[in-house]
Amino acid sequence: MEQKEFTITAFSENHIGLLNRITIIFTRRHINIESLTVSGSSIPGIHKFTIVVRETQEKVEKVIKQIEKQVEVLKAFYHPEEEIIHQEIALYKVPTEKLLDSTDLEKTIREHNARILEVTKDYTVIEKTGHKEETSRLFEKLNNFGVLQFTRSGRIAITKLNKELLTDYLREADELKQEISIN
Amino acid sequence: MDNSIKVSSTTTSLNGNEKARSVKMTGADAVIHCLKNEDVNLVFGYPGGAIMPIYDSLHKYQDEVRHILTRHEQGAIHAAQGLARVTGKVGVVMATSGPGATNLITGIADAMIDSTPLVCVTGQVGSHLLGTDAFQETDVVGISMPVTKWNYQITSPEEIPDAFAKAFYIARSGRPGPVVLDITKNAQFAEFDYYYKPCKHIRSYLPSPKIDQTRIEEAVELINNAKKPLALVGQGVILGSAEQELLNFLEKTGIPAAWTLLGLSAMPTDHPNNVGMLGMHGNYGPNIKTNECDVLIAIGMRFDDRVTGALDKYAKQAKIIHLELDPAEINKNVYAHVPVLGNVKESLPMLTAKAQQKSYDAWFNEFKEADKIEFEKVIDREMHPVKEGLTMAETIDILNKKTGGDAIIVTDVGQHQMVASRYARFVKSRSNVTSGGLGTMGFALPAAIGAKLGQPDREVICVVGDGGLQMTIQELGTILQSEVGVKIVLLNNSFLGMVRQWQELFFDSRYAQTIMANPDFIKIAEGFGIKSKKVLHRPELSTAIDEMYAHKGAYFLEVVVEKEDNVFPMIPTGAAVSDILLGK
Ligand SMILES: Cc1ncc(C[n+]2csc(CCOP(=O)(O)OP(=O)(O)O)c2C)c(N)n1
Repeated sequence: MEQKEFTITAFSENHIGLLNRITIIFTRRHINIESLTVSGSSIPGIHKFTIVVRETQEKVEKVIKQIEKQVEVLKAFYHPEEEIIHQEIALYKVPTEKLLDSTDLEKTIREHNARILEVTKDYTVIEKTGHKEETSRLFEKLNNFGVLQFTRSGRIAITKLNKELLTDYLREADELKQEISIN
Repeated sequence: MDNSIKVSSTTTSLNGNEKARSVKMTGADAVIHCLKNEDVNLVFGYPGGAIMPIYDSLHKYQDEVRHILTRHEQGAIHAAQGLARVTGKVGVVMATSGPGATNLITGIADAMIDSTPLVCVTGQVGSHLLGTDAFQETDVVGISMPVTKWNYQITSPEEIPDAFAKAFYIARSGRPGPVVLDITKNAQFAEFDYYYKPCKHIRSYLPSPKIDQTRIEEAVELINNAKKPLALVGQGVILGSAEQELLNFLEKTGIPAAWTLLGLSAMPTDHPNNVGMLGMHGNYGPNIKTNECDVLIAIGMRFDDRVTGALDKYAKQAKIIHLELDPAEINKNVYAHVPVLGNVKESLPMLTAKAQQKSYDAWFNEFKEADKIEFEKVIDREMHPVKEGLTMAETIDILNKKTGGDAIIVTDVGQHQMVASRYARFVKSRSNVTSGGLGTMGFALPAAIGAKLGQPDREVICVVGDGGLQMTIQELGTILQSEVGVKIVLLNNSFLGMVRQWQELFFDSRYAQTIMANPDFIKIAEGFGIKSKKVLHRPELSTAIDEMYAHKGAYFLEVVVEKEDNVFPMIPTGAAVSDILLGK
């Protein structure tokens, strides 16, 4: 089976150590995590893990079940590229003198829809959001002027569906709880 | 002082009067109260600095909760596993921080892979010292993470009741497993208002998935149209207390059933539908027929590689129905054409209700033919040896016959384990305790101690090799101190037998580090005050076993067996189940 890029999203209760429990599921199976972001979700108190891997669909399906097996995980999903909208953010630091030397640097920033965050006498910080390829392309361009520092965030993603996939699950869980307390 | 614990009602709802009914106590006392609330009256463990307040409370409440002092924390946890396996209850073990806790890890990993419910309580340094490399500080939560179903660090006493309630609920519900509670010393000392409320639901945790009716229909369709169906019975049947449901299903459908190592004793050995053991050293029939059946019904088993052999040559001709509680097991190793997710205690009756009454005489005859071949090539030679040396098989046979199959057999890991599993006959469920998934040498002696304490009225026989015995031999001290009446049968071949067998078969008989220079085991047993006997010759064996059973209390029987016997049949690693060997 062919390896593809998949974005895994997992929703969980807040629990110390869960991040560790989730990452060891990947390391144990020798799966490289390309990017990982932990954040809040649209549902209060529920955390969202966004993990990007290159793997076969079969392996990703197995990993999803292992993630869901963790007691504090509510639900996990995986999506191929087509099903999600995602972004990453990159920051670049270049010497300010290069900005002053010619208009080339400024032109590059404009062409890439990047923006300047801070200018000091010594350095200028540029920000770009986009897909990894886009932020990488800008890095190559900027590096002609000498990039002093570069950093890129992990991926954040939302699905093309209308609502958070988790809401159905939560409703079912609440119904189940009521069933249990009635019995 | 009145040290009796009144167990608070577990069913009434709280309605805000929780405060009024709570009792002021220390965290350490609360731990014991939690145990009582969960109906625990026996724990295993070993004390040390970071868990001293809890031990002080154990002392105070010694009439309520009995504590068995083992000689090593590994012994304590295997004992808790043994108790859990024979009773179905949650086993409880306690250890101090650092080395005490790390000594539990092997047992935790063992319980995880064999789905044994455990609550492991470890002491931890005071919370102000966490992360400072304090004396005996180890990141137990971190270390145990990959091998626990759940774990949690408690740093204040207020967390204790809820954490324990959750721990017991998680350990025993769904697919059972081990849980670790790491309690800092300050949380044990501090006082708080105790109130216990059992846990019945966790939003993010679905222990028992609802059974999908369409899957039942699909499975019934396959079962009703099968020509050569075969059922594989795993520990899920025992864990789900579905033994009767299994028999009802098998008796109505007439389907032959084979068991896995951990499925042993889920049905009586002599049941007409039973066709024997699966796997690497299982019986010939069920292994070769796995690759000839047309419908394979896996019931609460996980297609371990020791059962399947080469996956790409496993039951490729069959349609596979997989009855399983844990969603992660579905399609993990073997693709299921019809996965039936849910507790087998519920899914089996649903199948039985809709399945047709059938019988498969010709198909059963094929198993009988295979049994005949196995008998001629393997069993006869092992049970009725012509050579002088005693065999493991004849020993197991006599051992077992004399109890009518009523004994609990606890085995260690190696040749004796496979021989005992092959030849022991069972009449009751939960009568076989062995380390299956992890294959932990040193498991048997402490696990047998726990099993005996869990089922004091049943005969418990520990079958162990000379290698494995010496891994936890110190637990003879536990037998001495707590007067545990286990019967220990040492099958001594003066080799690390199973490894030697592989060396003989696959490494041109180069016996790298498998020859054992052994001590005088009889003297050792006597040193611990355990009555003992050594058998070297066939004529003495039967009476020695009689003597052992007649003796009240613990007994140590050393049987010196043939040094270089091999266990057959055998599926070599990487071979197909149908390529099982009947000899060299
Ligand atoms: C803790 C541990 N270490 C190593 C092994 C590998 N191993 C499997 S069987 C075996 C030999 C067991 O020898 P013995 O206890 O004498 O039993 P026998 O096979 O001779 O019956 C060994 C070393 C293991 N299973 N567990």
